[in-house]
Amino acid sequence: MSIAVNGSAVKPPDDPRVSLLDLLRETLHLSGTKKGCDQGACGACTVLLDGQRVLSCLTLAVQCEGRSVTTVEGLGADGALHPLQHAFIEHDGFQCGYCTPGQICSAVGMIGELRRGVPSHVTADLAAGAIPHSREELRERMSGNLCRCGAHNGIIDAIAETYAETTHAEAAE
Amino acid sequence: MSIVGKGKRAIQGAAQSVMKKAVELAPDSLLPGGRPDPLIRRQHGQIGRPVSRVDGPLKVRGAAPFAAEVALEGMVYAALAHSTIAKGRILTIDAGRAEAAPGVVLVMTHRNAPRLAPPPRFLSAAKAAAGDDVPVMQDDRVRWNGEPVALVLAETQEQADHARSLIRITYAEEPAATSLATAGAHEVGTFMGEPLSAKIGDAEAAFAAAPHKVDAVYRTPPHNHNALEPHAATLVWRDGALFVHDATQAVAHTAWSLARIFGLEEDQVHVSSPYVGGGFGGKTLWQHQILAAAAARLADRPVRIALSREGVYRVVGGRSPTEQRVALGADADGRLTAIIHRGVTPKTPHSAMPEPFILPTQSAYAAKTIALEVRTCDLDLVANTFMRAPGEAVGTVALECAMDELAEQLGLDPIELRLRNEPETDPVSGRPFSSRNLAVAYRLGAQRFGWDRRNPVPRSRREGEWLVGMGCATATYPYHRMPGGAARITLDAGGARIDVAAHEMGMGTATAQAQIAADRLGLPLEAVTVRYGDSSLPGVILAGGSQQTASVGLSVMMAHRELVGELLKLAGNDSPLAGLGAEEVESADAGLRKLDDPGRFESYASILGRAGRGELVVEGSAPMPLETMHWSMHSHGAMFCEARVNAVTGETRVSRFLGSFDCGRIVNPKTAASQFRGGIIMGLGLALMEETQVDGRTGRIMNRTLADYHLPVHLDVPEIDVIWTDIPDPHTPMGARGIGEIGITGTGAAVANAVYNATGRRVRDFPITLDKLL
Repeated sequence: MSIAVNGSAVKPPDDPRVSLLDLLRETLHLSGTKKGCDQGACGACTVLLDGQRVLSCLTLAVQCEGRSVTTVEGLGADGALHPLQHAFIEHDGFQCGYCTPGQICSAVGMIGELRRGVPSHVTADLAAGAIPHSREELRERMSGNLCRCGAHNGIIDAIAETYAETTHAEAAE
Repeated sequence: MSIVGKGKRAIQGAAQSVMKKAVELAPDSLLPGGRPDPLIRRQHGQIGRPVSRVDGPLKVRGAAPFAAEVALEGMVYAALAHSTIAKGRILTIDAGRAEAAPGVVLVMTHRNAPRLAPPPRFLSAAKAAAGDDVPVMQDDRVRWNGEPVALVLAETQEQADHARSLIRITYAEEPAATSLATAGAHEVGTFMGEPLSAKIGDAEAAFAAAPHKVDAVYRTPPHNHNALEPHAATLVWRDGALFVHDATQAVAHTAWSLARIFGLEEDQVHVSSPYVGGGFGGKTLWQHQILAAAAARLADRPVRIALSREGVYRVVGGRSPTEQRVALGADADGRLTAIIHRGVTPKTPHSAMPEPFILPTQSAYAAKTIALEVRTCDLDLVANTFMRAPGEAVGTVALECAMDELAEQLGLDPIELRLRNEPETDPVSGRPFSSRNLAVAYRLGAQRFGWDRRNPVPRSRREGEWLVGMGCATATYPYHRMPGGAARITLDAGGARIDVAAHEMGMGTATAQAQIAADRLGLPLEAVTVRYGDSSLPGVILAGGSQQTASVGLSVMMAHRELVGELLKLAGNDSPLAGLGAEEVESADAGLRKLDDPGRFESYASILGRAGRGELVVEGSAPMPLETMHWSMHSHGAMFCEARVNAVTGETRVSRFLGSFDCGRIVNPKTAASQFRGGIIMGLGLALMEETQVDGRTGRIMNRTLADYHLPVHLDVPEIDVIWTDIPDPHTPMGARGIGEIGITGTGAAVANAVYNATGRRVRDFPITLDKLL
């Protein structure tokens, strides 16, 4: 079975030690996914696996057979930037740009968790269903994505603005 | 007299004759009585606009290529084995199983490594780039716990990592100094060739006689830069020349230093580093690039070396710990009669960098007597190095906490105490300030933060379990401009390209410099591109000391002078500009015009076209940094913190923070705000959680992962407010002073002072972890 990476079928590696991160970076040359620690502590390698955020450094490539991987390169449609990518530029949600793809992929996955009502440490009402996008929720849920340049405010602003607008648009439909 | 000041200027390394020559060449604006940079008064250009980063679309798509992402044909991967003792000799190396492992191309140890010259240590020469001058894998000596002792090359990273685990090494261990308690003699530290000490009057006597006094010892731990991108290089030898895709904040320095190490001509080493995933002082020349280049030569294969996160801790040094005594004496009016700031910080035998924590104190307050001294001792650890605001980051912790303690004793508001001691001229060097508006920054900041709501009585505000307090502190960082600035302008009918060997590690270099060049050349922003991050470009411009904006800005200014002269020559007698000298014209509207007669104008395209020239290429060099000899040049900030401390658990949360800065003119408010915030956030880490833990018995760093070395994460970072005076410094290019480092200064003390106001507990041992508040 193959791995679907941004919609393209990819052969799993022969070496079972190869992480999803190294498959992406070294074999497929999709270097948008970053290696910051290779031990699950920084979030720079976050990708979406069947729509949910995972740390690709802690995911063996062979675990992804038959599954669908979306990386930062696959977020925008037809080469255009994803709205969240636009918002990161507008709010200066990065400096060096190294943690950025992981922040963006993580945020996309995180919003799905909010919509599904997955609670976090700061969620007040565990039975509420969809969880409001409060800044505290966003900050808590993005805390696995480290940023050393200190773009935290811009990152949260970008996420809050992008998904507040989405929510309004959905409500208007 | 300012020994410290002399030390800082010694970076110029300028002999008297060179200085005289430099004075002749220096632009008027940088000399007393001269004209300021004309861009300072330009009000409606690109400078001051919040332009989004020009490399933003690349970075948000993950399409900006970093050093470990360049793929070379036939490339092999490196893995390092690190020593497990702090000091001694390697007795045996069993590399047989590693060499026989699948995919292995080479195992390199001191036995087969090529002979190399020692790395040129920082400050030992103008372009020296190495953290220390320890010979790299040249003998059986071990000098620190974690020093690379073997390197494996293999076809894949997995194969290299596995083979590395098969190497067996035995050692003859020798006694090592791995903690301050086991260190040898303490000597006065030297920094940039001068002793780190200064003395005005008899401070000890004045302190003893003072009616009000504070005398306390503050301790800060070691820190690591922890840029999110681990150090990496992808490199190849071609026809005896070395090509390095590096992650560095010093392309020209690295190329020169590698050439020295490998016995090459400088132009035989090409270093490219267009994107750097964070630097903070740590991304210079360390052993990994040298080892990878040596192995690539042995194996005759291109090599990628990407340090593991642990590898970064083992190979790249950080900030040294400090133990600082601050003693302040004051009269009944709160005027300082004595400042004593002295203490100890370790370095390594092969590094030249005692953490210079007295630097912020020398220009801080108008005390009648001052005694400053840094003593240092050698430890057998990985070489410590520059980390964001070396000196000021931790020096302001001690000084500004002590000021808060003194204010309380005097019954004075901490801001009022600081303003009463604002100096008229630099208290140590005696020089006038080029521009100092700290009082304005405090006034603006206090108003915006709501400082008047602070209750000066500690532990007087409680919300449920949370004790709430406010604190403030002064931030300060000097203006630097190092020698070596140069830039090239290539002008054609469509616009201009700036070529400069500068760096982008997140500061927004290309964006800010494009804005500046657009104004300098009278071009729209989109007609200017900036090429940087490559040793083949002009200039020796370290991304350090917050100096890039000034250094590049002045280099482009000088190149622009050349450009104007050349354009006037090309314009000739048929031009409306005929007969005008360079001093009579300015750049505007994509051409030149007479200063007092804008009707006399010709566009660049027209001048080039009539001359039959497709493009015009000029280069300019920045003069020696004479401005720092005439003036005391410093940025300042008033930092305000609101902290909440849990009365049950001791947990501290920073709920509000404001930085009010006086840093000259701000070139780009969007990227500047990010730099200020970034510094402040690193300062929150310094205050509350960051500490590199060294096992004092073995000299081994214990918390060498990002799970164990705690950085501020999203939930730790409140919305950080930043404002600035935007008062131009008349003696700097564009009126700007660097802003990359000042944010981390003052922040630690502002947090500590807020924690004190909240709890009544004065923590002087950083970081302020919850155990110290229980």
